[in-house]
Amino acid sequence: MSTTAPAGTASQRGAVLGICLAVLGLVVGAVASVFIGVSDVTPATLWSDDGHARQLLTVSRLPRTVAILLAGACTAVAGVVMQMLVRNRFVEPSTVGTSESAALGLLIVTIWAPGMALPGKIGVGAVFAVAGTCLFLLVLRAVPIRSVVTVPLVGIMLGGVIGAVSAYIAFRYDLMQTLSAWLTGDFSGVMAGRYEMLWVVAALTVVVYVLADRFTVVGLGRDTATALGLGYRGVMTLGLGVVAVTSAVVVVVVGALPFLGLVVPNVVSLLRGDNLRRSLPWVAIGGAALVLVCDVVGRVIRYPYEIPIGVVMGVVGAAVFLWLLLRKAPDVG
Amino acid sequence: MTVPTRTRGAIAATGLTKRYGETAVVDDVSIELPAGGVVSVIGPNGAGKSTFLSMVARLLPMDAGRVVVDGDDVATAPGDVMARRLGILRQDNHLAVRLTVRELVTFGRYPHSKGRTTAEDRRHVEDALDYLDLTDLGGRFLDELSGGQRQRAFVAMVLAQDTDYVLLDEPLNNLDMVHARGMMRLARRAADELGRTVVAVLHDINFAAAWSDRIVAMKDGRVAASGTPAEIMRPAVLGEIFDMDVAVHQIDGRPVALYYT
Repeated sequence: MSTTAPAGTASQRGAVLGICLAVLGLVVGAVASVFIGVSDVTPATLWSDDGHARQLLTVSRLPRTVAILLAGACTAVAGVVMQMLVRNRFVEPSTVGTSESAALGLLIVTIWAPGMALPGKIGVGAVFAVAGTCLFLLVLRAVPIRSVVTVPLVGIMLGGVIGAVSAYIAFRYDLMQTLSAWLTGDFSGVMAGRYEMLWVVAALTVVVYVLADRFTVVGLGRDTATALGLGYRGVMTLGLGVVAVTSAVVVVVVGALPFLGLVVPNVVSLLRGDNLRRSLPWVAIGGAALVLVCDVVGRVIRYPYEIPIGVVMGVVGAAVFLWLLLRKAPDVG
Repeated sequence: MTVPTRTRGAIAATGLTKRYGETAVVDDVSIELPAGGVVSVIGPNGAGKSTFLSMVARLLPMDAGRVVVDGDDVATAPGDVMARRLGILRQDNHLAVRLTVRELVTFGRYPHSKGRTTAEDRRHVEDALDYLDLTDLGGRFLDELSGGQRQRAFVAMVLAQDTDYVLLDEPLNNLDMVHARGMMRLARRAADELGRTVVAVLHDINFAAAWSDRIVAMKDGRVAASGTPAEIMRPAVLGEIFDMDVAVHQIDGRPVALYYT
C-alpha cells in the first residue's frame, strides 16, 4: 500500500511500468469491445464481406470505443480536480449540480437558439455548468459543514432543484426525451461526426496533468497554497473551467456518467494517494476501464438489447459510493 | 537563501488591526521583530497571537495597518517572492488529500521548484525529514500517522521551504515532552546555524523562556510586554499578562514559572 522507497528512479520506473501494463490491458479490452455488438463485426468479416463491416467499424464501433475511453478518462479526471478544488472526497460533477446545470444550459439554447452550432451550444452548457458550480460553492459557504458527507448532500439537493427546473421547461417544450438523453449516459448513439468534441476535453485533461502539482497544492487548502506562493484564485478558476467544459461536452456527446468521477478517484486515492502527479494517470486509466466494462456489461446483459451505460454506471457507482461512505472513515476526511 | 543588497531587515508591523464585528482581535499592533534568533509569542487564549501571525503570513487580510518583511509589504509583494522568504506552520493542519510524508514535505519546495523537483530540492526534503526524525516514515501516508508524527511532518514541510522567516503557530501541539524539546532545539538550531528567524506562538512560558531570545506577550489584541526572557519572566509581568499569580523561581540559573497549583 505505501511505498517506502525514496522518490528515486527505481520506484519511478516501477510506476511507469505499472501504467504501461494498465494501458496495455485497456487497449486489449477496447479492441475486444469493438467486436461486441448485434451486427457481425469480427476480424474475419472485416476482410471478407462487401465492406459493410468495415463501414460499421469506422462509423460506429470505433467512435463508440474511443468515446468510451475519452469520456471515462476525462470524467474521472474532472472528478478528482473538483475534489481538490472543493477539498472534499465526495464531490464530482454529478453530485454538486454541475452536470444538471450543463443540461439546463443546453436545454435553454436548444429552445431559444436551435440553429446554433454544436460548439456554441456546448459553450452555453459550459457557462451554465460554471454558474451552477459557483452557486454550489456559495451555498457551501453559507451552510455550516458538520461532516464531509454534508457537502455532497447539499450538492445533490442543489442538483435536484436544477434538474426540476430543467424538467419543467423540458415538459413545457416537449423535450423530455432530449433531456433524459443528456442526463443518462448512453454510447449507442455515438457515431463519427458526433463525438469529436471529446478530443477537446482530452486536451484539457492533458493540461490538468501538466499542472497537476498546482491542483494538489490547491487541495492542501487556501492557506497552504497562499503560503507556498500559489495563485489560488487562478488555479481555482482554471479548475472550474476544466470541470465545466468536461461536464458540458460529456453531457452532450454521451450523457452524464453518474458517480464515475467519484468512485475512481476514491479507489485510486486508497491505493496510490492523492499526489496528482502520481495518481492522475491511474485515475484516467481507471475511469476509461470502468466505463469500458460497464458498457460491455450493458450490451451483453440483455443481448441483443442494450441497457444505457448511465443505468449500469448508476448501479455500480451508487454501490461503491455507499461502501466508501460506510467503510471506517479514516480520521483525515 | 541569499538576501539581496537591501538591508537585511525585520518583520515590521505598523498599526496592525483585525476586527470581527465590534471586537478588535488584533488592535493597532506596532512592533518590529529584528531578523535573527528565536522570538516567542505568548499570551492567554484569545489574545490575538494566531491572528497576528496569520496576518504577517498574509493568510488573513488586515483591516488596518501593514506588515513589512525585509522591506516588502506582504499585502502587495508577489506571492511567490514572499513564499521564498516567509513560511508558516498553521495550527490546524487538517488535510483532505492523502499524501505520503515525503510528498507533503516535497510540496514545501513548491515555491522553489514549481513542481519540477531538482536534486537540490530533494536534498532539502531529505534534510528536513532527517531533522525531524521522519526519514523512516517518509513513505507512509499521513493518515496512518499519530498526531505528533503528523505535526512533525508539517514542520518538516515548512523547514524544507527554506525561508529566512519561519512562523510557527503552536508548534508544540500534539507533541510529547521528548519531541517538544526536540522541536525547540530545532528552532534554536535553525536560528543559530542556518540564520533563520523563528517566530513561534507558544503556550508553555517555560519553553518560551528556555529557548527564545525574545518574548512578545499579547493580551486583548495588544502587545502587553516585550523583552528578553529575563525581563518577561517576572511575577509582576506574568501576573499582569495572564491575570493570575505566577511564581518564578531560579532553577539552575534559569527562570522557571510555577503556575500548576
